Amino acid sequence: MDFSLSEDQRMLQASIQGFLDTAAPLEAVRKAAGGDVSVPVAISGGLLELGVGQAVIPEAYGGLGLGLLEAALVQEALGSVVAPARFLGGVMAAVGIGAAGDEALKAEWLGKLASGDVAFGVAVTERVGAREGAGVTVRDGKLSGRSLFALDTAAATHVLVCDRGGGLHIAEAGAVRRTPLRTIDRTRDFAELEFDGAPAVALSDGDGGVAADRMLAAGRVLLAADTLGAAQTMLDKAVNYAKERKQFNRVIGSFQSVKHMCAEMAAELEPARALVWHAAHALDEDMDEAALLVCLAKAHLAEVGTFIAKTATEVHGGMGFTDLLGLHYWFKRIGANRQLLGGPEQIRAEAAALQGWQ
Amino acid sequence: MDLRLREDYVAFRAEVAGFLEAHRDKAPTQADRGIKNDKRLAWQRLLIEHGLAARTIPKRYGGYGAAPDILKSRIIGEEFARSGLPKGIANQGVSMLVPTLLELGTEAQKEAYIKPTLEGRMIWCQGYSEPGAGSDLASLTTKAHIEGDDYVINGQKIWTSTAKQADMIFCLVRTEAEAKKHHGISYLIFSMDTPGIEVRPLVDMTEAANFNEVFFTDVRVPRYQIVGKPGEGWQVANATLTHERGMLGDPNAAKTRLLAIAELMQTETVGGARLIDNPVFRDRLVALQARVYAMQANGLRVMTSRIKGEGAGMAGLIVKLQGCELNHELARLALDAMGELGLLYGEDTPYLRDFGQWQARYMYDLGLIIGGGTAQIQKNIIAERGLGLPREPRPAAA
Repeated sequence: MDFSLSEDQRMLQASIQGFLDTAAPLEAVRKAAGGDVSVPVAISGGLLELGVGQAVIPEAYGGLGLGLLEAALVQEALGSVVAPARFLGGVMAAVGIGAAGDEALKAEWLGKLASGDVAFGVAVTERVGAREGAGVTVRDGKLSGRSLFALDTAAATHVLVCDRGGGLHIAEAGAVRRTPLRTIDRTRDFAELEFDGAPAVALSDGDGGVAADRMLAAGRVLLAADTLGAAQTMLDKAVNYAKERKQFNRVIGSFQSVKHMCAEMAAELEPARALVWHAAHALDEDMDEAALLVCLAKAHLAEVGTFIAKTATEVHGGMGFTDLLGLHYWFKRIGANRQLLGGPEQIRAEAAALQGWQ
Repeated sequence: MDLRLREDYVAFRAEVAGFLEAHRDKAPTQADRGIKNDKRLAWQRLLIEHGLAARTIPKRYGGYGAAPDILKSRIIGEEFARSGLPKGIANQGVSMLVPTLLELGTEAQKEAYIKPTLEGRMIWCQGYSEPGAGSDLASLTTKAHIEGDDYVINGQKIWTSTAKQADMIFCLVRTEAEAKKHHGISYLIFSMDTPGIEVRPLVDMTEAANFNEVFFTDVRVPRYQIVGKPGEGWQVANATLTHERGMLGDPNAAKTRLLAIAELMQTETVGGARLIDNPVFRDRLVALQARVYAMQANGLRVMTSRIKGEGAGMAGLIVKLQGCELNHELARLALDAMGELGLLYGEDTPYLRDFGQWQARYMYDLGLIIGGGTAQIQKNIIAERGLGLPREPRPAAA
């Protein structure tokens, strides 16, 4: 019985944090948000060099064979500096291919992912809830339709696509029409993809979406981890600001009203951290409650994150509202994480269904 | 991360479960009322004898004498919960006074008080809070001055639970009037039968007298009834407060409550429709479930830190605040789910659900948010000790 991070996991955290300190300072985030794609490419390249980009790929295919808990720790670190990195899409693709591909397909595609020969984006939001009638159908091995809010596709060579039946397909990015979608979160790239008879490799036949759901679960736990990291930074920044900013001849952190705002943030966030660990670990160990824990973690971090994003901004007073501090990048990233792959209300409905509460 | 139990712990769990099953007929039930009921006391002795109560207290003072093992304590707690049998006595004497005496008491005090307390034959109450000294406990004004071989106590305590039934009291009194606030306090232990003590029940919003006021008028207590040195009572009391905070609640209690509410919502209907089929109620239930799971995972993390002998940091500091608020919100959801039926209180009717426990909990749990360090004091602690924010500047001395 040991509910804590191992020495290796803490070293992973430290090394990724060290890398990000130099690779993703706020100036780099601003550049990327302004549309400079060299930043995400450089950060993602650095992650591959560290061996982190391909961490969840089994060793047999050239990866590190690490779990989703490790991936969540990496994502948490990325969230803590709102890094414009293409990590999430790659992990989701690796999990999807690993769950759905036959041996030959896994060897081919996971091997290429591990070596960095290919980079994957994912087009899966319709699996969670189609908006505007979007959705992708497959006929004779060719994809047709649209997918909204496809993730990490800007510099991708391939896209992992989930069709309306839950089947997964690999399509070449060049065979797909891509229109960027500008969102509040400028640290990530979202796009609308249009498929007009695009050739694709099907990963499995009629699996009923089991692999797609595994991939979704991985994506959701990583989004929860991203919010955890981003919210912790917002709390830290609020506390530091409250220790320095003076009004009425006192640092504002000595006023109970401000102090209690900070305490409430910490009190909400700390148990949320344990929940994220638990959910990721449950997925790695295929525990009975894994699917439920992932839903609870994603929905709960959405709520806690939203509370902290607002409260930490308020602690900063007017400065929190400006572009000067850049705090809004964290605010917006947490907002994006809340909606992506299912907002809290929708995910709680799924959690209820998992338990027969319907 | 490894949530599996080592084999010897799995065996220990089976052993505890087996013992409880084999002795089910010895356990007191609802019918065995009274704080010193014979069957209750016999059950307590049986539990101590087999290491299921007073487990880590040395044998010579009436305990079982096992080495501390947090995981085993937790397993014992879980098996009692699973069996539905009453666990060992965990009153204020057992959980606060005994650890304090073990640490700071004289040999004579240990020999006189620990064993009967553990066995449930001696009941204690805690004389800390006063009408003018709540969150600011160190400003207490109940005085004790020396006359010959005695302390003579005058003053008043409040929020004293079980004062009516208690044989003894552990009590903070101001013995050095000139000393600074925290340095003039002493920790006395004495019999509730001492002349000059008056106990008045304090009825609270649950309609029960869970607490009392205790008045002292020229109460004479021998000077050797002090624990620790004169003027060092604050440190002695803080040792016990640490023990109070150190008590591990049943980690599955909130989960059990949640499942009970889910069950209630699956059976309760309004206009013929089950509450669980109402998306708003269902959403509230799952939102609370997420918080329950988060606190449970946090509890596992805190326990791991304790096993490793490390400080739990922020994960430990937030437990009282978050745990009490969460329990209160669980009770509120149950009340809302019952609608008007949730208003019924204090009388058995066919319309009463779950024996009226949610109505009682909704009120009692609010008391727990306030007691033992209010939510606001907890937030100060989290902010100052956990986040390093500065203390409130002290106003210039009046």
